[in-house]
Amino acid sequence: MADTQRPLSPHLQVYRWQIQMVTSILHRATGVALAVGTLLVVWGILALASGEAAFEQFKTCTGSPVGLILLAGWSWALSYHLCNGIRHLVQDTGAGYAIPQFVRSSWLSVIGSIVLTVAIWACVLIHGGAA
Amino acid sequence: MNLRAGTDDVRSQLRHPMKHARGLGSAQHGVDHWWTQRVTAAALIALGLWFVVTVLSLLHADYATAKAMVARPWNALLLILFVVTAFWHAVLGLQVVIEDYVHTRWKEVVLLVAIKFLAVLGALAGVLAVLRIALGV
Repeated sequence: MADTQRPLSPHLQVYRWQIQMVTSILHRATGVALAVGTLLVVWGILALASGEAAFEQFKTCTGSPVGLILLAGWSWALSYHLCNGIRHLVQDTGAGYAIPQFVRSSWLSVIGSIVLTVAIWACVLIHGGAA
Repeated sequence: MNLRAGTDDVRSQLRHPMKHARGLGSAQHGVDHWWTQRVTAAALIALGLWFVVTVLSLLHADYATAKAMVARPWNALLLILFVVTAFWHAVLGLQVVIEDYVHTRWKEVVLLVAIKFLAVLGALAGVLAVLRIALGV
């Protein structure tokens, strides 16, 4: 916690939840999760470079129940961070700051991320499942 | 005479015009962090989508197929770009999160340096591995 003794501003628990703060918090949370996920990507490439045994081990880990749950989480995190990231890039131009637009684009990010995640896993299922 | 305006005049005379020419602000970084985060974000839209499609195309692929896929010149190039850009973007984002929530100075500095070390390590390991696959070393 803070070194300072000054009073701190009220935190999350005192606010009524609304979609704008959910999208903002999720953007950070998914960003942190994806930073960890980058290490998994590197693990995969390293396994591929070091030989068949290492790659099979990587496939076994990612194909295990825990691995699949993590992959599902990361696929949604990537989808969400992508959709909401594009939303932020649009907002960086100064567009979409009227409250109704802001709320609508927030929902668009959330719904878009779910659609993308479902599309990814539909693709996996069509190709005969993950394991 | 407006005294406040007078002080402002003196202040603006004491400020060197070079400050505006450089545009680096008091932290001396200018808009570098903000701008690089957006540029890497824009690159990651394309690279991220490419990565997801590539991984999906490798479902059930055996070792040799996966290796051959990564070894193809365009795939190797895009994978290197994806790994480097992702780590770069991650460091910029994590830096902001750490600066916002870690209020003990020494912990903040240690974390800021640690994520940079980890990111450089991860990015270089990824790049070397892709090169090893692509060049068949």
